[in-house]
Amino acid sequence: MAKRNEIDQATGTETTGHEWDGIKELNTPLPRWWLWVFYATIVWAIGYWVLYPAWPLVTGYTQGVLNHSQRADVAQAVKEMKTQRAVQGKQLQGATLQQIEADPNLLQFAREAGKSAFGDNCATCHGSGAQGFKGYPNLNDDIWLWGGTLDDIRHTIQVGVRSAHPEARVSQMPAYGRDALLEKNQIADLTQYVLKLSGQKANAAAAARAEPVFKEQCAACHGDDGRGKREFGSPNLTDREWLYGGSAAEIRTQIEQGRGGVMPTWGTRLDAMTVDALAVYVHSLGGGE
Amino acid sequence: MFNHGTLERHSLLLVAGILIVVAIGGIVEIAPLFYLESTIEKVQGMRPYTPLELAGRKIYMREGCYLCHSQMVRPLRDEVERYGHYSLAAESIYDHPFQWGSKRTGPDLARVGAKYSDEWHRAHLVDPRSVVPESVMPPYKFLAATPLSFDDVAGDLKANRMVGVPYSDDMVANAKADLIAQATPDDEGQDAFKKRYAKAEARDFDGDPKRITEMDALVAYLQMLGTLVDFKTYQADAPENRR
Repeated sequence: MAKRNEIDQATGTETTGHEWDGIKELNTPLPRWWLWVFYATIVWAIGYWVLYPAWPLVTGYTQGVLNHSQRADVAQAVKEMKTQRAVQGKQLQGATLQQIEADPNLLQFAREAGKSAFGDNCATCHGSGAQGFKGYPNLNDDIWLWGGTLDDIRHTIQVGVRSAHPEARVSQMPAYGRDALLEKNQIADLTQYVLKLSGQKANAAAAARAEPVFKEQCAACHGDDGRGKREFGSPNLTDREWLYGGSAAEIRTQIEQGRGGVMPTWGTRLDAMTVDALAVYVHSLGGGE
Repeated sequence: MFNHGTLERHSLLLVAGILIVVAIGGIVEIAPLFYLESTIEKVQGMRPYTPLELAGRKIYMREGCYLCHSQMVRPLRDEVERYGHYSLAAESIYDHPFQWGSKRTGPDLARVGAKYSDEWHRAHLVDPRSVVPESVMPPYKFLAATPLSFDDVAGDLKANRMVGVPYSDDMVANAKADLIAQATPDDEGQDAFKKRYAKAEARDFDGDPKRITEMDALVAYLQMLGTLVDFKTYQADAPENRR
């Protein structure tokens, strides 16, 4: 400063030299603590430039002496996680049900790992309690369209149902109504027949009329007795457990449209250990064979 | 001698000073991002959106899906564990604008493609609580009932081409036919469509083969999210991919 400004009498502080209608402004300095914190942040920034990637250059950027990489960090974290799980994951690989059940630690490990994977990947369709929804099977009961052994369940998770996987579990019920494979009255009769099969109230005459149709059209997959066949993933029609509902209207709709749900292929999305753990978890929900 | 007071008393001088300071910041921090090899990431497998997917993306933006769903798996262990491989910048290379987002009322959608069935997506969009009882997502029932308006889809491709998406003249000229082909599996334009868009999936996404609805477009878009890059062959450890 070239010239010193007037000193305020009351505070002893220099004024800025500005004056508005006789009011003068004090030039109170910044609090020292504030000023030092400000300087400290500058020093911190310099330390950051030295340690971490910071400045862009002409062909690259300053890497920093720590050689930090967020992607390397996450790769390392994932590796540590995998190492942590590797021992029991290996035991799980190819283990039979007896072997897993004989080892309480392994069983608990598989169930816990399976439960957490189920929460994000499977619960979306099968429900957080694996109770299922209309069109999405309940996994707590002992009804298995494609088999309920550990290997069956693992394979179903691996390849999916009606998915894009070349070995996917595939079956397709014809849409008898939509594709006009059966007459309207034949479908009405068949509905009565299925009601009768499941022990519900049905029109006996209509059911009798439908019997030859059932033998010809339905029995190949659902069996002569309507109990379903696992190799076709065809449901049992006599057990009063329904994927798409068991009322006359719902049965009729299913015969007309031949709906079948899609389960995605998980073998390509999840690692082998997670699929193993999921299989154990689902198997242990209550209905595993 | 330079006096700060001089700067403060002359507004034009002050504006010029501000411009110089901001320009230095921009040149140092932003300009290098346009030419540095290490910030311009390339990855195998990316292709421009098909016309149907592009239409779905527009519906995604129109309905504000990005307000509750992000599309970026961050490089953190728990994210990678839940959603799959962390997102690469290159996976948004044809997004104008990108949909990374920062708000997650719902889950991240960067890798939702092929995770659930079309049927699930339809049921979930029509009535989210029919399949996820604890969901707070609003229903989008009208999508299935609203025919997709796609007369101007070629214009969308052209607009994207202006900002750098490599749509060929062929793609622009056949945009409408390709959109119909992707939503109609037995359409005769199927082969030509698949030739133009490698690994694009064509099927009846909305479960109604008779018409093309907004549901078709949105489900087609959701089902391809995050599926283009094959992470089985991606070298995450390679020095050029380290960041």
